[in-house]
Amino acid sequence: MSRMIPFFGFLLLVALFGFGIWWNTQHDQREVPSPLINKPAPAFVLPKLDDPAQTVSRDTLLGKPYLINVFASWCIACGEEHPVLMAQGKSIGVPVIGYNYKDDETDAKNWLAQHGNPYDMVIVDREGRTAIDFGVYGAPESFLVDGKGIIRYKRIGPLTPEAIEKELKPAIAALAKETP
Amino acid sequence: MTPELGQLALILALLLALAQGVLPLIGAWRGSRALMAVARPAAAGQAVFVALAFVLLVSAFLSFDFSVQYVADNSNLALPWYYRIAAVWGAHEGSLLLWIFILNLWTLALAALSRNLPEVFVARVLGVLGLVAVGFLAFIIFTSNPFARLLPMPPDGGDLNPVLQDPGMTFHPPVLYMGYVGFSVAFAFSIAALLGGELEQAWVRWARPWTNVAWGFLSAGIVAGSWWAYAELGWGGWWFWDPVENASFMPWLVGAALIHAQAVTEKRGGLRAWTILLSIFAFSLSLLGTFLVRSGVLTSVHAFASDPRRGLFILCFLAVVVGGSLLLYAMRAPKVAGGKPFSVVSRETAILIGNLMLTVAAAMVLLGTLFPLLGDALNLGKISVGPPYFGFLFTLLMTPVVLLLPFGPYLRWGKSDVPVLKKVLWRAGLAAIACAIVAAFATGGETKAIAGTAAAVWCGFGTLLYVFKRWREMPAGRRYPAEMAGMLLAHFGVGVFLAGVLLTNALSVERDVRVAPGQTESIGGYQFRFDGVQHTQGPNWEGDQGTVTVMRNGSQVAVMHPQKRTYSRGQVQTESAINPGLFRDLYVALGEPMDSKQPEGAWALRLYDKPFVRWIWAGGLFMMLGGFFAAADRRFRTKRVADTEALPVAALQESRA
Repeated sequence: MSRMIPFFGFLLLVALFGFGIWWNTQHDQREVPSPLINKPAPAFVLPKLDDPAQTVSRDTLLGKPYLINVFASWCIACGEEHPVLMAQGKSIGVPVIGYNYKDDETDAKNWLAQHGNPYDMVIVDREGRTAIDFGVYGAPESFLVDGKGIIRYKRIGPLTPEAIEKELKPAIAALAKETP
Repeated sequence: MTPELGQLALILALLLALAQGVLPLIGAWRGSRALMAVARPAAAGQAVFVALAFVLLVSAFLSFDFSVQYVADNSNLALPWYYRIAAVWGAHEGSLLLWIFILNLWTLALAALSRNLPEVFVARVLGVLGLVAVGFLAFIIFTSNPFARLLPMPPDGGDLNPVLQDPGMTFHPPVLYMGYVGFSVAFAFSIAALLGGELEQAWVRWARPWTNVAWGFLSAGIVAGSWWAYAELGWGGWWFWDPVENASFMPWLVGAALIHAQAVTEKRGGLRAWTILLSIFAFSLSLLGTFLVRSGVLTSVHAFASDPRRGLFILCFLAVVVGGSLLLYAMRAPKVAGGKPFSVVSRETAILIGNLMLTVAAAMVLLGTLFPLLGDALNLGKISVGPPYFGFLFTLLMTPVVLLLPFGPYLRWGKSDVPVLKKVLWRAGLAAIACAIVAAFATGGETKAIAGTAAAVWCGFGTLLYVFKRWREMPAGRRYPAEMAGMLLAHFGVGVFLAGVLLTNALSVERDVRVAPGQTESIGGYQFRFDGVQHTQGPNWEGDQGTVTVMRNGSQVAVMHPQKRTYSRGQVQTESAINPGLFRDLYVALGEPMDSKQPEGAWALRLYDKPFVRWIWAGGLFMMLGGFFAAADRRFRTKRVADTEALPVAALQESRA
């Protein structure tokens, strides 16, 4: 009977791998749960794209919920996401703040001029230092921050019409219920 | 037209592989010589068609045939010809073609060199190899066709991943695959032995040189990969327990165990079932590596673009091959514990302990690699284990192996004299302690440096002691038979490797600095003067090239040119500059400019002084040589024997002569 042990051990392994394949069809490998969800957004002070002399910080944004959308002119997936934001950005009910990530200022301005600007405001993180605090690991990424400065929802990768309907809008609706 | 020819060649190869896999096995079972005789021509034909497909893919790359999806994805007009050839195995489909091509080379070598072995046995071995080929060819044809067309044809292609545009990458995969695939031969021998119910273990002696060569190639492949990571990835590391590195390391560990177990089985008749099991494990782990890289089940820096369909296919293939083999093992493995008796102090005991440690280490690596998957399966969330887990457990498990290693050559089969061993213990032990004390003073009591020196001297000097002993005691010409020379080389390599790992680990100095042109920073007694950055250009990239002049005690040691390249498709790649040396490497990687508008201004640099880092790879190369030397022993050259039932006895008598 002991001769069967390697075989049964291997069966367990096959079961595990089969599970792994199934799991990957259900989940995005890049989906790392953000430890920041339901935690205060990291403190930041970043200049505005159109007026670098003016800065925006977490504290100045307190009071109302907003969506931070990480983008860059070099980022191809951002190009895919852009039309979606152009079409639906205004209808989601909270201001959308563009977070220009590791980008050249001129490139970013040209990009927005060419494709349109869906943002209520654009802030610049050229070195990507603050993005580290946010746990950004690639553009595009989006963060929904509530009026108390707490991150409530995070999306890795482009916002799709489906993601906006099924994930983002319910999350915003939930916020609206909390703070009548 | 040519891509379709390539696909056709692969389909014909698959049909021939089916013939090679099925007919000789039936022939061996029914005793039909005609069917058994199919094995060699079928293998040769299959090799011809696979080689044709391979050549056609190479020529598609050389002629910029972007109507082939794979070529369009992995090359472009600016890519130099040598990287266009390397691009053949730069992604999933082509690397599989390389895999099967190498399997064919092994099969051909076996077909050519097995003329003196019994026909039935060879038919079974080639049959098993044919079945393995069927799996891989079907995998290529049904899920991963390298010749798939892309219409309309784009004017230019994508790019070979810039990380792969390095000389190290051109030979790392072929050499590594030589090792991986080579274990298929030991595997086929074991399956053939199980199928034939071989009662004697003559087959183990025939399998040994093949196992040694495969293991030697695997050592070289891992060394090449580690060196490439060090040179190319820009952070000075040489190993980071990534799932795919682990995938190559597990068969290596089991292979090392197998080499020793085979020696016991061949010479003493013991560990028969264990040797068979290890052969199955070694090859299964090679297949598992293929699965892990391509199924997307684990995330890794190496992982190919994954596709659940491919994952499912390999999983099924894995289940059939490994599951089938293990079932066969359970039913047919020798039931009686054979072999001559041995006492506690004997070579058998030492090899058993070593085998146990190596196998447990491989299991530990497997568990660590699969941890994230287990986390998902048991709903524990995202978990993974990193270098601390692997490093600690690996050190723990290998300590007994290192301690036993110098005794290896002195130990006799069956029963050993204790006084001889005591002498070794004293001499090697004293040398190790003496050198450790010197190291303690030289490094200011750095624990890892002391341990590294002691372990390296213990293994290296301990092995040399035996070399001297043979030199004194044996007549010229009979001092070092190839098999023994191989063992001594590999054991010496372990010492060199240990010195490299532990000394580099203990003594490396690393600094991230921000330097303006003309500014000097010093680490490890070297002064690095930053002489600014200039624009530079390669065949398919543009970039910034820094100049760093290294001085020591006022005299110039080296001028180094780290680069930051931007390839034609926009990927950025750091090319670190390395000044190699036997006792230390200097390593400079170019970071970012402080102000991207002013590349002529200050830059971030990363400077390393890495003592003894080359010893890591030198140790691996010694082990590779060990494998090759041992395989070349004249004892393994088969003489013509009668290919009937009388064979095992004849072979056995011969091996005792």
